[in-house]
Parts: sequence; structure tokens; C-alpha cells
Amino acid sequence: MKVYIAILLTAILTENFVLAKFLGICPFLGVSKKLNTAVGMSAAVIFVMAMATAVTYPINKYLLLPNDLAYLQTIVFILVIAALVQLVEIVLKRYIPALYSALGIYLPLITTNCAVLGVVLLNVEKAAADASFGFAASMFNSVGAGLGFMLAMVMFSGVRSKMEHADIPKFMQGLPITLVAASLVSVSFLGFGGVIENIFG
Amino acid sequence: MAEKKTLGQEFRKGLLTENPVLRLVLGTCPTLATSTSMVNAIGMGISVTLVLLCSNIAISLLRKVIPSKVRIPAYIVIIASFVTIVQLLVKAFVPALDEALGVFLPLIVVNCILLGRAEAFAGKHKVLASAADGLGMGIGFTAAVFCMATIREFFGSGTLFSGADSLLGLFGITSFKGIDVFSHIPGIEPILIFVLAPGGFFTFGLLMACANRIAESKGKKKAELNGCDNCPMAAACALRSGEECEGKEAVEA
Repeated sequence: MKVYIAILLTAILTENFVLAKFLGICPFLGVSKKLNTAVGMSAAVIFVMAMATAVTYPINKYLLLPNDLAYLQTIVFILVIAALVQLVEIVLKRYIPALYSALGIYLPLITTNCAVLGVVLLNVEKAAADASFGFAASMFNSVGAGLGFMLAMVMFSGVRSKMEHADIPKFMQGLPITLVAASLVSVSFLGFGGVIENIFG
Repeated sequence: MAEKKTLGQEFRKGLLTENPVLRLVLGTCPTLATSTSMVNAIGMGISVTLVLLCSNIAISLLRKVIPSKVRIPAYIVIIASFVTIVQLLVKAFVPALDEALGVFLPLIVVNCILLGRAEAFAGKHKVLASAADGLGMGIGFTAAVFCMATIREFFGSGTLFSGADSLLGLFGITSFKGIDVFSHIPGIEPILIFVLAPGGFFTFGLLMACANRIAESKGKKKAELNGCDNCPMAAACALRSGEECEGKEAVEA
């Protein structure tokens, strides 16, 4: 269990997807203006990341690897994710309308979100490098990555709402100052380096 | 974009006035992630340009065959095929680059520049114009990433073109391994944070401010990221105009 908690915390803090790995920057900059959209988007990302990993892990292990088709990973994974997102959307709409109205609008955006394909590919990479990195570890890593995305989004929406009333030099207004603010938030995450190793040995 | 443009104009617009990174704000993730060294930037730039050129040509050729309802999945399959080809080529010929770019090489699939250009240009224009557009956009991307990488590598590691032998080795040149600038100046240490994640955001922010300043002096609009306006999926996405819930069905169709 300790191993899994370490994986989860590493994915959230030290290897934060947005702030340390530069994955999912578009939604991070695009929809972090308001807290509720930031939370909705992140919830949808966590959901899709977990689903995508749950589906692609067996496909990779039992279909691609035994048949020597590992080079098809990119194509297969992106298609599986795209189909999955569509399927989830249809199922949610039909059976769980409450959840659909909360997450539904974010779903089509997520198909081409590099964080989702990124987490799937990184899981496969880690599993290839380390045999003990199995299905459970992949799932924890994905959920952790999603939670890390949420943490970054929520923190950053707070920073941006403060910035709204700040007096900013003309050419720094808009995107440039947002990026500089992101840089400062990212500095704070550098501080987590080494923490996980120290706690879990 | 409706009026007729020459091939040269299609090519040139990607370099400056419609630079994908600094003006259209597309492909921010790879820009930030692969600009840690100049060699990585060039490698990534060439890979993206190659995929963009091929996918633009293929999509433009198939634009009358692909039904508009399934065009996005079709584009993704076409792009993914070319990405796989490029990925295998890089793995075979420049393994050091494959190692350095890591997951960002396969992630070209979901790079908004590719889908964005397919959706905005290649799906509507003739083959030659699409090829010129793809080449221009690719080189524009390379130039922007290279610009950022120069700043980050110089200040962050104190070198220029470090590891150049991995790319130049393709042409049989292995003697040039990059210039070590800071080690010749006693008492100066590189600012490590520039090659780390915060430095990436910071450099990008400053470059964007410069680009905005130049654009403004030429009387053009500032680059802006309003919600998902720049996202290629924007047409299928209800977040766009601020309407929070309903109205989703209509757009997809």
C-alpha cells in the first residue's frame, strides 16, 4: 500500500502534470479563469484519465505486446481514448444526467488533451521499464496525475482572480502575465522535490 | 483568409503574422517542454514540420472524401499515422533525441497545431496551398521554439547547441559538441531555474509580451487565449461562448 501512496503523491506533487511536466497547458491557461469551470474540467480529466488507463492497460498488455505491435501504441491509444470519450458521453447522458450536466460539456475537449494521452503513454513506458509497475500502480498514477491537474487548476484560478484587479504594464496584460504567474506557481511546486523520497524512503 | 493568396504568402504567414506559437497560441505544451536545449528544439521542430507537411497534404487530398461529420476522427488517424512514422524514424536514426523528447514525440498527435491547421486550413484548401501552409507553420513553430530554447539554454546551462553531435552525426559530423560559454568566464554560474519548469513559463511569458509589443506597433491585435477560442475542438465545445450547459447537441452535429 505504501508504494501506491508514494506513486499517488509523486504524481500529484513532485511530478505535477501541468507545472512540472508541461502536459495539459491549454486547459490550464484557457479555462482556469473561474473556479467552477476549473473544478468541472479537472473532475472530467480525472474521470477520463482513470477510464482511459483502465481500458488501455489490458489492450497494451494482452493485445499489442504479445503480437509485437507495440509500435501501434500511439494510434491505438488515441483512437481508444476518442471512442471512450464518446461512449462515456452517451452513457452519461442516457443514465446519469446529473453527472452529464456537470461533466458533459468538458468531455469533447478532453479527447485531444495531451494530458490524457500523456498519462497513458507514460504508464506504458513505466510498465515497460519496471515489471512491478502493474495495473494498480498505473491506476494510482493516473488518478494522481488527474488530482495534480486539479490542484494546479484550482490554485491557479485563485491566483488569476487576484490578478484581475492588479495594475499590470500594458504589454504584459493578458497571456504574458498569466504565464509569469504560472511560473511562480510552478516555483512553489519545485519545493516538493525530494519530499516523497524522504517520507517513504 | 477568403481572398486569394499566393503560395509564398501562405508560406510566409506562418513565420510571422500568424506564427502558431506566439500569435495563434497553439501547441504550448511542446513549446514549453522541448525548449530546454537548442538541439531538442530543432529536433522537435523538424519532427513537427514533417508531420504537419505530410498530414496537411494527405488531408487536403482527402478533403472531398471525408464526410464532415467524422472529419475530426479521420484527421486524428491520419496525423497519428504520420506521427508513428516520424517516431520510428527518430528512434532508428537519432536515438539520443528520442530519449530527450520522450513522451512529447508521440504526443505530436494531440498537438493543437496539427489538428488546428487541418481543421482551419487543409480541410478547405487545395493541395499546394496546404503544403505551403504546413511548411510555413512548421517552420514558424520551429523558429519560436528555437528562440525560446536559445534563451533558456544560454542562461540555464550556460551552453549553446550542447549535444549537437546527436543531430549532426546524421551527416557524419561528430566533432562539434556545442559551445560551452559560461565555463570560460570565471565567477559566473548558469541560472539553473531557466531550464526547469518555472523558467519555461517565464521565458514564454516574456517572449509573448515582446510579440505583443511588436504586433501592436504594426497595428495588429494582441495574442489572446480567451477560454478555448484557440483550441481546435472549440467548434465542438460548449465552453466556448461562456454558455455553461445546454446547447451542446447542436454544435456536434
